[in-house]
Amino acid sequence: MAKGRIVVNELYCKGCELCTSVCPKDLIQIAVDRFTPKGYHPAELVDPEGACTGCAICSIICPDAAITVYRWVPADKVKIKV
Amino acid sequence: MAKELLKGNVAFAEAAIRAGCEAYFGYPITPQTEALEHMSKRMPELGRVFLQAESEVAAINMVYGAASAGVRVMSSSSSPGVSLMMEGLSYIAGSEVPVVLVDIMRGGPGLGNIAPSQGDYNQIVKGGGHGDYRPIVLAPATVQELIDLTVEAFDLAEKYRCVVIVLADGSLGQMMEPAELPPMQVVRPVDKRPDWALTGAKGRDPNVITSIYIDPAIEEVFNRKLMAKQAEIEVNEIRYREVLLDDAEIAVVAFGTAGRIVQSAVKAAREEGIRVGLLRPISLYPYPFERVHRLAEQVQAIMVVEMNGGQMVNDVRMAVEGLVPVSFYGRMGGMVPLPDEVLEEIRKVQASIDVAG
Amino acid sequence: MTNKELVESLIYTKPEGLTSAVTHYCPGCTHGIAHRLLAEVIDEMGVREETIGIAPVGCAVFAYDYFNMDFAEAAHGRAPAMATGLKRVSPDKVVFTYQGDGDLASIGAGEILHAAGRGENITVIFINNAIYGMTGGQMAPTTLPGQRTTSTPLGRDVEMHGFPLRMCEILSQLDGAVYVVRRSLHNVANIRKAKKAIRQAFEVQRQGLGFSMVELLSSCPTNWGMSAAEALNWIEEHMLPAYPLGDYKVSPAISKHGGN
Repeated sequence: MAKGRIVVNELYCKGCELCTSVCPKDLIQIAVDRFTPKGYHPAELVDPEGACTGCAICSIICPDAAITVYRWVPADKVKIKV
Repeated sequence: MAKELLKGNVAFAEAAIRAGCEAYFGYPITPQTEALEHMSKRMPELGRVFLQAESEVAAINMVYGAASAGVRVMSSSSSPGVSLMMEGLSYIAGSEVPVVLVDIMRGGPGLGNIAPSQGDYNQIVKGGGHGDYRPIVLAPATVQELIDLTVEAFDLAEKYRCVVIVLADGSLGQMMEPAELPPMQVVRPVDKRPDWALTGAKGRDPNVITSIYIDPAIEEVFNRKLMAKQAEIEVNEIRYREVLLDDAEIAVVAFGTAGRIVQSAVKAAREEGIRVGLLRPISLYPYPFERVHRLAEQVQAIMVVEMNGGQMVNDVRMAVEGLVPVSFYGRMGGMVPLPDEVLEEIRKVQASIDVAG
Repeated sequence: MTNKELVESLIYTKPEGLTSAVTHYCPGCTHGIAHRLLAEVIDEMGVREETIGIAPVGCAVFAYDYFNMDFAEAAHGRAPAMATGLKRVSPDKVVFTYQGDGDLASIGAGEILHAAGRGENITVIFINNAIYGMTGGQMAPTTLPGQRTTSTPLGRDVEMHGFPLRMCEILSQLDGAVYVVRRSLHNVANIRKAKKAIRQAFEVQRQGLGFSMVELLSSCPTNWGMSAAEALNWIEEHMLPAYPLGDYKVSPAISKHGGN
């Protein structure tokens, strides 16, 4: 299984929860303990077991382009290196 | 270039082409349609853009789009059509893109008729669309002036990035008289479009053409910028003609076709020994307030003649500041005053001076 | 020779076609998705530096702050006319309008109809969320029968307000329209299809084939009075039956651009 991770840019995230509803592994939650600079509770990846596959579905539904997606891939298939 | 017999509408259209107009968008309306027809033939011949829009509303917004790309662009219409363009003109003014419009005025209000009128003075000269802006307004009295002012309109529009309206009436649009067309100017190359224009953000930050300033404080800054530009225009761009004013006791103020008619009446009055002269404003915005005021210090009475119910007369009264009596003679509904009618009015003014004197 | 060693790779990030501005759109509003798809397509085609967008009046009125490219802001409904003027004097540029349902189907019905009829070589992105967002939730020309809005408080009564306009169906009748399709933004699968359609519409313009329009069924959680997720469900349950997805006009001249 591919391994990945997401980074939610809290400048853009408005806590709309759409990403939380589409994650196939149910790994995205709303961080109710803090606010973004615009005053929303942001989405965050909660993935202690490293289950995120970097499938990018959350980034497809995100209305604010707030989600950056990374995935571990074979070195010869890398499009953009981190 | 030699003089040739030219119809007003064709003359200004061809003059625009020779001034480097790259695109024309319009909608047929009498009495300016010959201009659109001329453009429909000539612009494609020259590889330029002609498009008959679905309405004047669309036409002026096509003009807005082409102007945003930084090309010389124009439209022409007549009173009811120009009313439809007012929304677009306000946006154009609010976006500071250069646009030329020719209004060949006809009788109104409403559908009115297709006969010559000067009934759009208030609408055009005072702004027309919503918000604080003034277009430069130029009023020709002959086909030659119509040609020359159309060419000048493009230069002024670009110089100040504003709307310039050539305000003429149906008689000038329809009349044929000898006039000389200007030489053909080279159209601006694509790579020489202005740096503010929408040309694609290649190697630079994006350009935005907009009239929105959602923050009132910033909108006011923009308003002040427009006002400052208008102040500059008011210093630089006043134009008028004087006829026999040096020793005049009576001054007649009239623009466009009315000015031309008054000129005949003034000559006839002179033959009767009446010391009368004519001031014919050519720039209606900026208006020659200062010149009219000085005139009021010189003469004993001022008369205003217009082909409307009395519109420019209010600007004259403002300039005169009560120094001398201001009378008005107007014909409306597409009726054009005859020189004899005006002469009779001049005699009345002379008689009132004699009584007062 | 292959290198099977795993390295971390960037799969997705905010497209270059968007600026760094935070949008004013409400949380979960699909305007943001439409913006993102447009920017992604423009990036993928490599045309950002030759693209000129026209923003509407409505919620997307500030689109020019969000797209990282030349932009104009049109009067309400007049974007297709403005785009016409721009495109005619700049035929080598990619010109698109971005319009809502009030802008395109109500006050600008004349301009869109004639731009399509002329086969104007522009691309139109039509956001249909069945309501006026910017002014606070009034009836749109696409408001569904019975739908409550702030100007149809008892629900749209067709006896009084008439029936919704289906713009894809109308415009597809015109000879000048070469690519007219309806897509939806209510789930990931449909968002992917929407992006393909946007790409196709831009390719149509690049090939000089004529008028292209992609209608996107969109949500307005705030004015519909529901959560972002509920709003997407509402699109599926209520808008899809009234506005069937599909290709309403695909001119035979269109050659497939080869997927995306």
